[in-house]
Amino acid sequence: MQASIPSIVGQMIVFGLFVWFTMKFVWPPITKALEERRSRIADGLAAAEKGSRALQDASLKSEEALKAARVQAQEILANANKQASQIVEQAKGTAQVEAERIVAKAHEDVQREVAHARDELRKQVGELAVAGAAKILKREIDAKAHADVLNELAAKI
Amino acid sequence: MAEAGHSPAEYVTHHLRHWSSGHDSAFISLTDWHLDTLLISTLLGLVFLTLFRIAAVRATAGVPGKLQNFVEVLIEFVDNSVRDSFHGSRAFVAPLALTIFVWVFLWNAMDLLPVDLVPKLWAAGHAAAGEDPAHAYIRVVPSADMSATFALSLSVFFLIFFYSFKSKGFGGYAKEFLTHPFGPWLMPFNLILNIVETLARPLSLALRLFGNLYAGELIFILIALLPWWAQVVPGLGWAIFHILVITLQAFIFMTLTIVYLSMANEHH
Repeated sequence: MQASIPSIVGQMIVFGLFVWFTMKFVWPPITKALEERRSRIADGLAAAEKGSRALQDASLKSEEALKAARVQAQEILANANKQASQIVEQAKGTAQVEAERIVAKAHEDVQREVAHARDELRKQVGELAVAGAAKILKREIDAKAHADVLNELAAKI
Repeated sequence: MAEAGHSPAEYVTHHLRHWSSGHDSAFISLTDWHLDTLLISTLLGLVFLTLFRIAAVRATAGVPGKLQNFVEVLIEFVDNSVRDSFHGSRAFVAPLALTIFVWVFLWNAMDLLPVDLVPKLWAAGHAAAGEDPAHAYIRVVPSADMSATFALSLSVFFLIFFYSFKSKGFGGYAKEFLTHPFGPWLMPFNLILNIVETLARPLSLALRLFGNLYAGELIFILIALLPWWAQVVPGLGWAIFHILVITLQAFIFMTLTIVYLSMANEHH
């Protein structure tokens, strides 16, 4: 067991050099990398926080938009309903008028037909009456000569 | 194990003798260099610096590799230890603490090598070189050499003065030295107490590390004297226990250095 003064001094010099080297070339790069990583992680966390907040905002906004759209749809539906019933009312009115018109025209036609038929009938009855009279009289009657009389008769029926 | 023709005492003293530049047998040698301590501690220091320098060059802020992870864990651990007690710029103190911790740890870790491994190789090397293998001495645990531990503790000792003068000025330090802790009327007692306290720091720092590792080495040597079948259990037990000791002693040396420097750096 011995302590050697030259060894102590030499060892101190070596120690000093080692500390100097560590201080200059080992410590700063590694602590710098550590610091950088720390700030990078902090940035990442902040970004994530911001992202989640933005997501929350967006979902809130979308919910609002959905609600507004629903209200609008309701409104549009109501409007459409109103319009449809209006159209139906209008159509009903038009149909009524048309129907009345058709009915009126039919009436007119029927009247006309009736009048026509009556004329026809009168003519035939006149002819029949003439024929009957001819048979009864057993004599020929000049249809031409008595047309005026027959027509007068037909008009009376 | 003791070789044939060697008494246990010879075996132990052979193992405890330094590879020295001279043959001075004084307790404190003014001339002899302990070449083994210098060589091995410098080599270990270079291993430490190379490894850490590689990690520093490759250091990225992105995903760290395994080496970088390991180095970062150590650096954060040391940086936190320094931050806890040292209030000032850590630009010098933290690298100092890291160097002390890793270097002392590596010194101590040499204690886990089989006690005969390096001396046997050393002797074989001497024999191959045509020299007398019986006089080939080498000790592989630098912290079991007072020269190494005192070199560290004296460096810390000077740094304590440096930080004291820096923070308090020479006058302030002298005043504190003379008037604390008992006040100006008991100046002689203050002086005695402070001298003892100041000198005790490097002494205790160096001797604690030296004592632990010297004793550890000695026990390993004694275990190596046992017959081979009796070595396993005590050798294993002592080695496992020593894993704790070598880490703890490195940590204590670093922590006390930080504490002493932070005390020197603080105003009272």
